[in-house]
Amino acid sequence: MAKIERVVGRACTLRGDDIDTDRIIPARYLRAITFEGLGEHAFEDDREQAKGNHPLDDRRFTGATILVVGHNFGCGSSREHAPQALMRFGFQAFVGGSFAEIFAGNCTALGLPHLCLAPEALSALMDSIDLDPSQEVVVDVANRKVSCRAGTFDASIPEGAHRQLVGGTWNNTAVLLEAGSAIEATAARLPYLKRSEAA
Amino acid sequence: MAPCYAMRTPPRPCYQKGVQTSSPRDSESLSKGGGKTLLDAVWDAHTVRELPNGDTQLFIGLHLVHEVTSPQAFSMLREMGLRVRCPERTFATVDHIIPTDSQRRPLSDDLAEAMMTELERNCREQGIRFFGPETGQQGIVHVIGPELGLTQPGMTIACGDSHTSTHGAFGAVAFGIGTSQVRDVLATQCLSLARPRVRRIEVGGKLAPGVYAKDVILHIIQRLGVKGGIGFAYEYAGAVIEAMSLEERMTVCNMSIEGGARCGYVNPDETTFAYLRGREFAPAGEDEKRVIEWWRSIASGPGASHADRVSLDGREIAPTVTFGIHPGQSVAVDARIPRPDEVRDDERAGLEEALAYMGLTAGAPIAGTPIDVAFIGSCTNGRLSDLREAARIARTGRVAPGVKALVVPGSQAVARAAEAEGLPEIFRSAGFEWREAGCSMCLAMNPDKLVGRQMSASSSNRNFKGRQGSPSGRTLLMSPVMVAAAALRGCVTDVREML
Ligand code: SF4
Repeated sequence: MAKIERVVGRACTLRGDDIDTDRIIPARYLRAITFEGLGEHAFEDDREQAKGNHPLDDRRFTGATILVVGHNFGCGSSREHAPQALMRFGFQAFVGGSFAEIFAGNCTALGLPHLCLAPEALSALMDSIDLDPSQEVVVDVANRKVSCRAGTFDASIPEGAHRQLVGGTWNNTAVLLEAGSAIEATAARLPYLKRSEAA
Repeated sequence: MAPCYAMRTPPRPCYQKGVQTSSPRDSESLSKGGGKTLLDAVWDAHTVRELPNGDTQLFIGLHLVHEVTSPQAFSMLREMGLRVRCPERTFATVDHIIPTDSQRRPLSDDLAEAMMTELERNCREQGIRFFGPETGQQGIVHVIGPELGLTQPGMTIACGDSHTSTHGAFGAVAFGIGTSQVRDVLATQCLSLARPRVRRIEVGGKLAPGVYAKDVILHIIQRLGVKGGIGFAYEYAGAVIEAMSLEERMTVCNMSIEGGARCGYVNPDETTFAYLRGREFAPAGEDEKRVIEWWRSIASGPGASHADRVSLDGREIAPTVTFGIHPGQSVAVDARIPRPDEVRDDERAGLEEALAYMGLTAGAPIAGTPIDVAFIGSCTNGRLSDLREAARIARTGRVAPGVKALVVPGSQAVARAAEAEGLPEIFRSAGFEWREAGCSMCLAMNPDKLVGRQMSASSSNRNFKGRQGSPSGRTLLMSPVMVAAAALRGCVTDVREML
């Protein structure tokens, strides 16, 4: 697995708090058995309603690989389709005020860093990007920093996610399998599972 | 540096009455006993090992699967050359995409049929028990787990669905997970998770007539905010919760996720044990005796250490209705919609956006808001007791002209039990449609959808923009009796006037 230490690129700002996963990818696109093609439907209804004025349709942000968001981004439904859609749209990292926990967990599992900034730093970053969307933004996952023209800001990311991304161990299945028979040993101690053996 | 997952002070918008919360420092002294919470006891019992990233590798006692979030996980599993590790701990059903007018195969919608076929194939190949429509045990995954007795106290439960928190009503620790984590559980029966802190929410006193579990949880979310629970497991307690049936506790736990909490639970008690007795997968005889002893032992004791405590007075809770675009934007049915100048600074933009989207007027009473659709169902409020209570209102009148009213049982078993009591006739003769089991109009994945800007009175759990299937559709969340009342009057109505 790749180590995700840094993401460097142009960024797109998406303002507003509590943006839920139904908005990121409307439920009708969950009617599928693969994640393919989700990218083009990211934020579809919001974009439709914004009539071309949505940040994802803003030419100045075309090709951005970093999405900068507000607080509680990705709340609501647990659908992994949400980060999948954004990843397939072209984003490789998220920076925001805070992220809903299931969304953050899904991002980690896909190798997508999700860094949080303090409110002042977040607005400075957003203002700077809006002023000059062509600038390069550096999401330094390893050192927990985000830099742009306006400066370098301290960022945070849950310790576990940080170690997994930087260490290249974000595919949990491989890590969990290493426990081997300890899994069955734990199960064997559980009072509610003893029954199945007796039965 | 602001810790991004830490809880901020519980919000206290000025249009709401105060809420007492203890600061973490107070609660440390509150919890001198230092005993384990249920969450800690369950967590410790299921810990396989601590992982290098600081998370815990947690054994999952029950894995529930549905058609939407699993196909990609099964594909990933196949790509890795792995099989399901504990097929006997894995159970599947179909709920999100299934039409509620006819479950006949092939399903009328090709995509839905493809998803269902894929799930059937995966279950067959991997030896997983599948509760399809022909078994008579199909239904919304969070309705059938409990009614089959699969959901039990002290278990860790996972499902690729955020409302897995529902199962916490039994004193289980239940997590909604994403598809990659579904793959993890299929492959290893484990998850990598960080232990949440526990906030005890005590609801004291007694609920007034016309006030239901749905009102309690809407009220909690209104007080603590939709982000207030981030990093926490919610432990619901107090006289109001203890007096609740298991079905009511499920309604409360169901919406923990709407409050931002990772999961929510109620400590198991005699009500829990009585509910489980005699259910297909529940322990019986000697097994039951032995396991009940364990169930009692894991409940949070009086000295358990909670990271935070909140207390609320059940007598102050009124029938509650959302007016906005997230479940925290709600008011008592006899209150006014807040004005932007009445709320905290950080809520103002959200309120303005909500009012614009909903087409509602700041400062106006919420009662009297006209509705187009009434939906009774979902994993929040699609169980027998919900339908019974709603039928008590439905039998007093007829659905207002121009209102489309739907009743969708949460499972085939709920439908059968309702039929045995004659509920479908009551609903039908009042002008409601009586449907087959599924998620229906809770979300936009099956033919039941809002059209255009329709306003829906809904017993479901989410009022997000576009949630009920029309990108501009509008949702008012409320209890099932309040939905029934709104259906009859054609507008948001204080159900207490009809009791
Ligand atoms: S009823 Fe609604 S919330 Fe519950 S599982 Fe179905 S879609 Fe999800």
